[in-house]
Amino acid sequence: MFKPTLAVLAAGITALMPVHGFAAPQANDVLKTYADIAQAGYEDSLHTAQALQVSISKLISEPTDTNLKAARDAWIAARVPYQQTEVYRFGNSLVDDWEGKVNAWPLDEGLIDYVATDSYGAESDENPLYTANVIANAKLQLNGEELDATTIDKALLQKLHEAEEVEANVATGYHAIEFLLWGQDLNGTHPGAGNRPATDFDTKNCTGGHCDRRAQYLQAATELLIDDLQDMANSWKAEGDARKALLAKGDKDGLATILTGMGSLSYGELAGERTKLGLMLHDPEEEHDCFSDNTHWSHFYDAKGIQNVYLGEYTRVDGNTVKGPSLSDLIKAADPALDTELRGKLDTTQNAAQAMVDAAAKGHTFDVLIAANNDSGNKLVQTFVDGLVAQTQSLEKAVKIVGSGDISIEGSDSLDNPSAVQ
Amino acid sequence: MSFSFLTPLFGVSVLVQNIGRASLALLCIAVQPSSGRAAPVDAPLPDHSLYQQGEEMPGGTASHQNALSRDSFSHPVTTLTLAQRLDFRLGDALFRKLWVAAPSSTTASDGLGPLFNARFCQSCHVRDGRGHPPVANEQPTALFLRLSIPPARPQQQQMYSGHLASVPDPVYGSQLQNFSVQNVPAEGKVRIQHEEITVTMTGNEQGVLLKPVYHIDALGYGPMHPQLRLSPRVAPPMLGLGLLEAIPAEQILAREDPEDSNNDGISGRAQWVWSSAEQRLMLGRFGWKAGNATLADQNNSALANDIGIGNPLFPSAYGDCTVAQQACLTAHNGNTPAQENLEAASTMTDLLLFYARHLGVPARQDARDEEVLAGKQQFHQAGCAQCHTPTYTTSTDTTPALAQQTIWPYSDLLLHDMGPGLADEHQEYRAAGHEWRTAPLWGLGHTRRINPKAGYLHDGRARTVLEAILWHGGEAEAARNHVAQRMTPTQRQQLLTFLESL
Repeated sequence: MFKPTLAVLAAGITALMPVHGFAAPQANDVLKTYADIAQAGYEDSLHTAQALQVSISKLISEPTDTNLKAARDAWIAARVPYQQTEVYRFGNSLVDDWEGKVNAWPLDEGLIDYVATDSYGAESDENPLYTANVIANAKLQLNGEELDATTIDKALLQKLHEAEEVEANVATGYHAIEFLLWGQDLNGTHPGAGNRPATDFDTKNCTGGHCDRRAQYLQAATELLIDDLQDMANSWKAEGDARKALLAKGDKDGLATILTGMGSLSYGELAGERTKLGLMLHDPEEEHDCFSDNTHWSHFYDAKGIQNVYLGEYTRVDGNTVKGPSLSDLIKAADPALDTELRGKLDTTQNAAQAMVDAAAKGHTFDVLIAANNDSGNKLVQTFVDGLVAQTQSLEKAVKIVGSGDISIEGSDSLDNPSAVQ
Repeated sequence: MSFSFLTPLFGVSVLVQNIGRASLALLCIAVQPSSGRAAPVDAPLPDHSLYQQGEEMPGGTASHQNALSRDSFSHPVTTLTLAQRLDFRLGDALFRKLWVAAPSSTTASDGLGPLFNARFCQSCHVRDGRGHPPVANEQPTALFLRLSIPPARPQQQQMYSGHLASVPDPVYGSQLQNFSVQNVPAEGKVRIQHEEITVTMTGNEQGVLLKPVYHIDALGYGPMHPQLRLSPRVAPPMLGLGLLEAIPAEQILAREDPEDSNNDGISGRAQWVWSSAEQRLMLGRFGWKAGNATLADQNNSALANDIGIGNPLFPSAYGDCTVAQQACLTAHNGNTPAQENLEAASTMTDLLLFYARHLGVPARQDARDEEVLAGKQQFHQAGCAQCHTPTYTTSTDTTPALAQQTIWPYSDLLLHDMGPGLADEHQEYRAAGHEWRTAPLWGLGHTRRINPKAGYLHDGRARTVLEAILWHGGEAEAARNHVAQRMTPTQRQQLLTFLESL
């Protein structure tokens, strides 16, 4: 098996320098940029979640349509930096293990709050299961044990989730908050998002029942999200665990981590699981941000995060830029043509994502685009998938160029086995 | 779009397709002696200390050479096209998909339970590796208990002919589900106690085995049948399953020796089971008792019983609920018109099957290492290879990605008497409580990298590979005694080094 050492890598790049005239950055500096962008991204996620919390407090004290709209806007704004951090999930096991707490999908809606019954066939509305949820019940049975939900607080939500990666109930994180702000999207593959009324939080004029408990749930879930984001922002600080774990891998494996993250998110996760699968199943809610119909932006910023990491550049929520020596610089020094190709493909993907965003602006949101009979919509989504697959192929070339001989892109194939790359 | 899983597969049971039960034994006896097993322990042996060509690629040329990591069992065979790789990844996504209780907005993801052992496939098949028994007082997720009661005579015949797996408990069904959706009682809680057994080996080396004793507490539906039989099962690793499926049946049947006619103390019986996928009686290959003939049967039955997801082969949305469990039967189901009025439509199960079938096998790093080769010699000398058959060539008549590969799974896929230490009373088809299918050994050395909590054997009781060997009894007792009583500690270490290199 070809396993170049870092010395070989460094020597190779140095040797190429005079030919192309670019000074390759130090691998360690590229890793630092990568970690700096992570830190900024999680800090921005934290700050936008704190802004969301302020809006939610206002909604609860004054449950008006305006305040509900403001809270929803704050949620959508909070997704902008968070989605750009998703590229850190793959390769950084610390992030991957944590991710389920903040972004797990799908959601146990019926465990959290009321769900519509009329869209589920002829079953009786009297079925007690329709109301067997935490918001409506101070006590309920879960796995044969009585769950005391008298007070809905962080501790209770953590308890629901405490089985960690095994039998955790999916009742926390961004999507739980999304569900409480929007409610179910009952429009199928037709236009329209969830339409929960503001009065669901109005204790004086309550709709949906248990408005005080719904407000408690929403606040507790938001507090928990903030705690978790704070942990991850800290983890990327100078002495944070995630940053230390990355740097401890050394230059070669550190670069491998970056490429693993880019390739795994591009290929299996975003192209496959989050896009192609929804397209194949034509399931209106197999999309990611389903209650809010925000999937187009969620996909756009996922792809943007991949590009950020390659270019070593991230534009923060406040407009400032985090920038430093990049993987792009490193590839350019070794193979300028590949760098051009990769930049081009990342742009193509961004354009395809932009086309979905533009379609959504005209009412053709992701759930409409993937409908069974919507050929032009399906094509638009497929173009995004194709862009991601194409950039993965270029990333595989980059892996060979950088010489990180043994990287695996999750869901992709052996990158150091040329015969497998067709 | 073209899916290779839609092409008809494997000529595996061409041979057995039209053979009734009566002629099976004849067939097997007729085939067996010509190929024969490895010679008995003390006879001169071929030199197994030499490297054999190709043995470093246990999955044939389809073996992957990705860096070793906790995801080493999750890579596809390297023979897929780019389009197939994306299908593989979609299957992987479904394998990791969390199922939620119905009703929910996610019509393609709801239908969990109402009774379940796990919320998603990977919950038990941790990163496609082995499951594990529960730690301390937690409820198991990667281990469940099969339940059965003694069969009456006609049922015994149905079991022997491959048409009935076992007779379920009238209330609790065929396995204990210790989880449930809200407001449906779970069936019970599993409690495990351990008895210690000390084993002394040559060189004054000692080992302590933990013998688990299983109890069920907090019964959700009243008393169980007085003659209830329990059989614990931990999820087996997933690597190379499609390659095992592609071994021609005759290669497996050739090693059968039910009457031990060559007097080597080892019989080896084929399991025969009805395949719901193929609608015929077939050689059983998958599961601890080889109770499933095809991966389609294996996948879909697990989906139905372990997660509670109705699917094209097992359409009930209520999984293992029995008529005595009304709360379960009146719970909401996740059937939707868009999913063929099922909880998981064929689009989904086809992708899952594609995934399971094309999971690759990691290449071996140290196949040429001297200690490893010395250990391989020990392995053969002890007689392990008599059941842990090293190598096969897969069928020509299968999907191109898996065809004609020389593979090294180290299993004969037959049932053997493994002695009283591992036995329970639960019978599965024709496999008695003391009979178990030889477990493939490929990937063995990666076990803890994939799942640090994993244990070995059918219920994960063995904490190390050596403990697993020491648990071997019955037909494997001679080999086990060879390891414990005849090998020097150095030789034993060589054996383990070999096994860890797989």
